[in-house]
Amino acid sequence: MAGRTLLDKIWDAHAVAPETVATPAVLYVDLHLVHEVTSPQAFSELRTRGLRARRPERTLATMDHSTPTLPAGADGTPPFVTPEAAQQVRTLRENCREFGIDLLDLDSAQRGIVHVIGPELGATQPGMTIVCGDSHTSTHGAFGALAFGIGTSEVGHVLATQCLLQRKPKAMAVEVHGRLQPGVDAKDLVLHIIGRIGVDGGTGCVIEYRGEAIRALSMEQRMTVCNMSIEAGARAGMIAPDDTTFAWLRGRARAPQGEAWTRALAHWKTLHSDRDARFDRVVEIDAAAVRPTLSYGTHPGMVVDIEASVPQAGNALQQRALDYMGLRAGARLAGTPVDVVFVGSCTNGRLSDLRAAAAVLRGRRLARGVRMLVVPGSAAVKHDAEQEGLDAVFRAAGAEWREPGCSMCIAMNGDLVAPGQLAVSTSNRNFEGRQGPGARTVLASPASAAAAAVAGHIVDPRAYTIEEAVA
Amino acid sequence: MKPIRHVHSRSVVLAHDNIDTDRIIPARFLTTTTREGLGRHAFQDWRYRSDGSPDPDFVLNRAEAAGCSILVAGRNFGCGSSREHAPWALLDAGIHAVISSEIADIFRSNALKNGLLAITVADAEHRFLLRHPGLELRIDVVAGEIALPDGGRFGFALDAFARHCLTEGIDQLGFLLRQHAAIQRHEEQYA
Repeated sequence: MAGRTLLDKIWDAHAVAPETVATPAVLYVDLHLVHEVTSPQAFSELRTRGLRARRPERTLATMDHSTPTLPAGADGTPPFVTPEAAQQVRTLRENCREFGIDLLDLDSAQRGIVHVIGPELGATQPGMTIVCGDSHTSTHGAFGALAFGIGTSEVGHVLATQCLLQRKPKAMAVEVHGRLQPGVDAKDLVLHIIGRIGVDGGTGCVIEYRGEAIRALSMEQRMTVCNMSIEAGARAGMIAPDDTTFAWLRGRARAPQGEAWTRALAHWKTLHSDRDARFDRVVEIDAAAVRPTLSYGTHPGMVVDIEASVPQAGNALQQRALDYMGLRAGARLAGTPVDVVFVGSCTNGRLSDLRAAAAVLRGRRLARGVRMLVVPGSAAVKHDAEQEGLDAVFRAAGAEWREPGCSMCIAMNGDLVAPGQLAVSTSNRNFEGRQGPGARTVLASPASAAAAAVAGHIVDPRAYTIEEAVA
Repeated sequence: MKPIRHVHSRSVVLAHDNIDTDRIIPARFLTTTTREGLGRHAFQDWRYRSDGSPDPDFVLNRAEAAGCSILVAGRNFGCGSSREHAPWALLDAGIHAVISSEIADIFRSNALKNGLLAITVADAEHRFLLRHPGLELRIDVVAGEIALPDGGRFGFALDAFARHCLTEGIDQLGFLLRQHAAIQRHEEQYA
């Protein structure tokens, strides 16, 4: 018998009923994360059917998408963009109360973007099945969990039964050999990978990221990589847990403690693909060849490294993307004027991301006319960043320092890029209009984003980061 | 759920590859707490110009698109976000079937749970459908075939369980609730 992949091991341990030709597997869910946007209709469905939450203690809720990132006014009311947004947040509050679900509300020191707080609290653990009505749930796979986004109907399924009906995805290995060069970030790596395999390269698959370069990544960097798996169309991304994972989790509020920790650790150490495990597809990546990488088009597979030119449009759609972006094939991306810079999101809103941006901004000012928003991924990230004085660095440079949330990544809380403006953004999607109608998005690492803010145009971030390292 | 065995309509074509769910329903309309009424914002930023008037050049605004419930779309339809608002918006806008050569995983799963038929055909047949908008198509969900006006037939891919649920009107939550005993056993053993 061939060895098992990490996916096989987690899947088998959670299959309440196996998959057959006629029926999908019934898959048990260990941790269900809920936010205000994709849950109200699910709670309504339960109410209509007279159902309760089967295991409310396995669901954790917070609010992040519709929430303002400007502080509450003098009367304590947060400045919601519309009455509907305020109502959506109130609805989540009422639903959590009625169904007995733990909610990290706006006033909680533990609140934040759902994919930032799960790991931060140690609620995300190796070997778990984790779902959320949000496609970037793939983030949690960085801990060796099987974590994927679901729709609102499925949010209802999990609330009512703690299970989902699922066909088992295929297993795809992305082997990243060698080491990333200095000045090259995990974001550059994942953009490079998506550029290689395409925005549908992972459809029907779970990607396991493997190899020396992946092992060398910090947990934050691994989260950035797994986060964007969905941008390659993959169901999920995962990385086998190792000492980096265990060290990161130890002592976190919801992680196992004492003897339970010892038992968990013994189990977690078995969570890796066996040597003779077979993958349905294997992609090999040379880490040393990755340069700072940014998107130039209107999906996350249209990427280019900072030293290369914007590719020729191969068809009318690619030409449309270039026209939308106002870019010319054959020209360098470097030098393109920038209007807005956004640092934040579940992709790059963690403390290490803010440090990387601050390292570029320290002692410098934003270029004239550039607006920069820095939005911490959680209240804890905000607190820690302020303890280190990063907020002062951002403010001194002329950037806006905000309250935690999804903010300008999904642009549904009022944090918008204006029509025609070009934003260099550490978020995950550059679709037409994603950051506001007519907004143009260039996806980039925190260092690339901060460097663009200082230069006023897209620039090789290594001009700032490597120099710092040498000096 | 009402059983769905056939969808019969002229086709409307959106040939773009990678039509993402932000395109289908922009995020600024996701602050709703109900499923209803999203159809008027389906493809909002394609359908309307910046002054709010309908763009006459957009396919779905043209007279010949009126009453069409079958959308033939470019490869990798529904990529991006997991928002179920995308199939809700399409259904509310009168679209009951989406045909492509590839449909993004989460969108397809969401669509089928709501009775929006999301099906894939082979590349050559996909190209044919993209090139021939306005074709009178008859989708037979039970037989797994799309009948063309000239008598030709294209087979399509659809998961067996999804097909069963659609054609028999079976609700997936009801199916899961009946697994109660097995779930209980699993929880006692592992969870």
